[in-house]
Amino acid sequence: MAERVGVYVCHCGSNIAGMVDVEQVARWAGANLKDVVVSRDYKFMCSSLGQAMIEEDIKKEGLTRVVVAACSPHLHEKTFRRACENAGLNPYLCQMTNIREHVSWVSKDRDKATEKAKALVAASVERVKRQAPLDPFFVKVNPATLVIGGGIAGLQATLELADAGYPVYLVERTPSIGGHMAQFDKTFPTLDCSACILTPKMSEAGQHPNVKLLTYAEVEEVSGSVGHFRVKIRKKARFVEESKCTGCGICVEKCPRKVIDNDFEAGLGYRKAIYTPFPQAVPRIPVIDVQSCIWFERQKCRACEKLCPTGAINFEQKDEEITLDVGNIIVATGWKMFDCRKIPQYGYGRLANVFTAMEFERMCNAAGPTGGKIVLRDGKTEPQSVAIIHCVGSRDSNHNEYCSGICCMAALKFGHLVLEKTKAEVYSFYIDMRTNQKGYEEFYHRLLEEGMHFVRGKVAEVTDAARRPEEAGKLIIQVEDTLMGKQRRIPVDMVILMGALEPQADAKEFGLKLGISCSMAGWYTERHPKLDPVATMTDGIFVAGVCQGPKDIPASVAQGAAAAARVMAMITKGDVMIEPVVASIFEEKCSGCRICNNLCPYNAIEFDEEKQVSRVITAMCKGCGTCVAACPAGAITGAHFSNEQVFAEIEGILWDAIHGNGGEAAKQGQPVSA
Amino acid sequence: MANETFEPRIVGFLCNWCSYRAADLAGTARIKYSPNVRIIRVMCSGRVDPSFVLKALSLGADGVMIAGCHPGECHYIEQNYKAMRRYYMLKHMLRALGLEEDRIRLVWASAAEGQQLAEHIDKFVEDVRKLGPLNWPANWQENGERMHAVEAIAKEHEESLEVLP
Repeated sequence: MAERVGVYVCHCGSNIAGMVDVEQVARWAGANLKDVVVSRDYKFMCSSLGQAMIEEDIKKEGLTRVVVAACSPHLHEKTFRRACENAGLNPYLCQMTNIREHVSWVSKDRDKATEKAKALVAASVERVKRQAPLDPFFVKVNPATLVIGGGIAGLQATLELADAGYPVYLVERTPSIGGHMAQFDKTFPTLDCSACILTPKMSEAGQHPNVKLLTYAEVEEVSGSVGHFRVKIRKKARFVEESKCTGCGICVEKCPRKVIDNDFEAGLGYRKAIYTPFPQAVPRIPVIDVQSCIWFERQKCRACEKLCPTGAINFEQKDEEITLDVGNIIVATGWKMFDCRKIPQYGYGRLANVFTAMEFERMCNAAGPTGGKIVLRDGKTEPQSVAIIHCVGSRDSNHNEYCSGICCMAALKFGHLVLEKTKAEVYSFYIDMRTNQKGYEEFYHRLLEEGMHFVRGKVAEVTDAARRPEEAGKLIIQVEDTLMGKQRRIPVDMVILMGALEPQADAKEFGLKLGISCSMAGWYTERHPKLDPVATMTDGIFVAGVCQGPKDIPASVAQGAAAAARVMAMITKGDVMIEPVVASIFEEKCSGCRICNNLCPYNAIEFDEEKQVSRVITAMCKGCGTCVAACPAGAITGAHFSNEQVFAEIEGILWDAIHGNGGEAAKQGQPVSA
Repeated sequence: MANETFEPRIVGFLCNWCSYRAADLAGTARIKYSPNVRIIRVMCSGRVDPSFVLKALSLGADGVMIAGCHPGECHYIEQNYKAMRRYYMLKHMLRALGLEEDRIRLVWASAAEGQQLAEHIDKFVEDVRKLGPLNWPANWQENGERMHAVEAIAKEHEESLEVLP
């Protein structure tokens, strides 16, 4: 039976009608396109009157398909699908033609715009006739959530969910939760102590009945999809039994092997071979570092084992694999600092008194390696002058194009701490000061008043080659002061490099494991840069904190809480709708070549060994259609984007070439197919 | 064949996430570009079956544009790379059929690049205009160049086809 198609052409006030002859398009569609039984134009199709018109026609005229030529489907597809559904028509039998964004707004010639609009309407009509009714799927949502990363963003998300009464697994790669924030001394712009605001949250997460901490653990594999992910986690061997350890710390005290702590203390301090990263660590269970432990090196010692009062040390412990079932995942994997050695002219690693921001952060910390004293690399001399260089590895086309966002404020904080703790002169070498959050600009002004010197210009070089007597024994900053318009050489005792925030080294690889994408730089891509900054393109996976892009603590906390709120909405609703735009395999046609298996980025195609055919796991398919295009046997169909539908659309869009009206083929007297 | 008044008919396959949104953005920003490209939305540039392109050319299109997210930014992780591979295969195939390979073009446009997409479209329309009408449906059987092109390709790959003793 022939379909009964209704075509509705919108004026959008004058937005479309000003450039496209909408009446002509509607008349033409009614007269020339096969199976079109109703064709109307209207001022505003999306208004309730416009929608009512479509609904009435569906009922009275018995329309079986609807084409709405108006704006972008990204704007109003849902509106018109709902209108169809209200009138009892399957929403997937409605097709939108974009004659505003793609025609009227981008054209200069009314006749050509009208012709283009006709072609697009013809394409939609041909396509819609081949569309099939589809029903969305519903999947139950497991109330448990996995949070990956125990920094401040992950912690916030964890606590929000746990307080709401839902179970949370918090996986952290290092031995303790807390993340980078635990390393900091003060937080800008209020200068409250980082540990004072962070550690209560850490212990709350550690003791919360709804939170299961999995520290010193890595996510190995993620399978399943929204509502029911299955996650394999490798809990690395601590060589300390968590159930027996009381965290008394005797093992750490008695361990004879002392090594440089390159992680928490950023290379400035020491730790033992068995250690907790810092005194307030959660959990307070130490870890034996296999690389530095004497027992693992030459089978001697085991002092910790002998002295442990509860017998918690276990040198036989092996990595443990844990499988978790969760409904949603929040990714809060954070960042790493730019390796300042990559800019050799700044001398880090070569000139002793060049420090990274993280080293300086530890130095300022009262619990840090110098007890909070600002001293040169010799450990005792207080600097007379300090230079802070901004944008090291960020806003730099050789390294990272983006702005790290937080370093200007961190530099101001450092300046304040130096002025507070020493008598040194402080210089800041900046490109632009970026202090654009609440209270930030005020903090900048405060530093201007406190007497920090600001030099606008990108530092060319940090050198110890003195040219003048006053430069002897100093580090000289060679810089063009762009405000004074001249080259300057400023001798200082200490240099701090504000290294860029960078994505974790394995961010891209880990993104593939989760099925989420990264920007070129390696930050995880959110679903929408403005309107959906916490969800990802993979349903049920959310991002929070710096792993999505550089941001400060308040923004990380806000995003963590937002991600938790989104997860809570999913759990409360109980089930989740999945768009039925998915691929399916016609098993009789499948030759079992398995070409599609490896093409799918979501591992949504499994192979049935017994039948020797491939099969799409519907709940995991995102509907990209790559497998459909690749199947050599044509055995895969993509719902709503089937070959038949797209071919029909192509035929429609080239109506003038096929059916004449100046079409080339018609001129040659050779109409092609139909 | 080049003809100033010739208006090429071009079909554009745009991915739902980046390039279709770039086209939407071009509209919202009122950027004007040639009306010759008619856009078909696909979920991903990876969905573009080579047969779509051939079908469009065989039905009277003078050129086909495929647009996707930038490499590394595909919303389906890496499917635009598949589109890229097919694109080069298609170019090869067009040559084998005796067609100008420049009748198809693959471009990248992020959702923020309305201006760039409009420029790509204008450039492509001009390039196809220079190539002239394809008239494939009318004349491809008589296309004397066809065998010649196939031979040229065989020649190009002579070395790899050679069987060593």
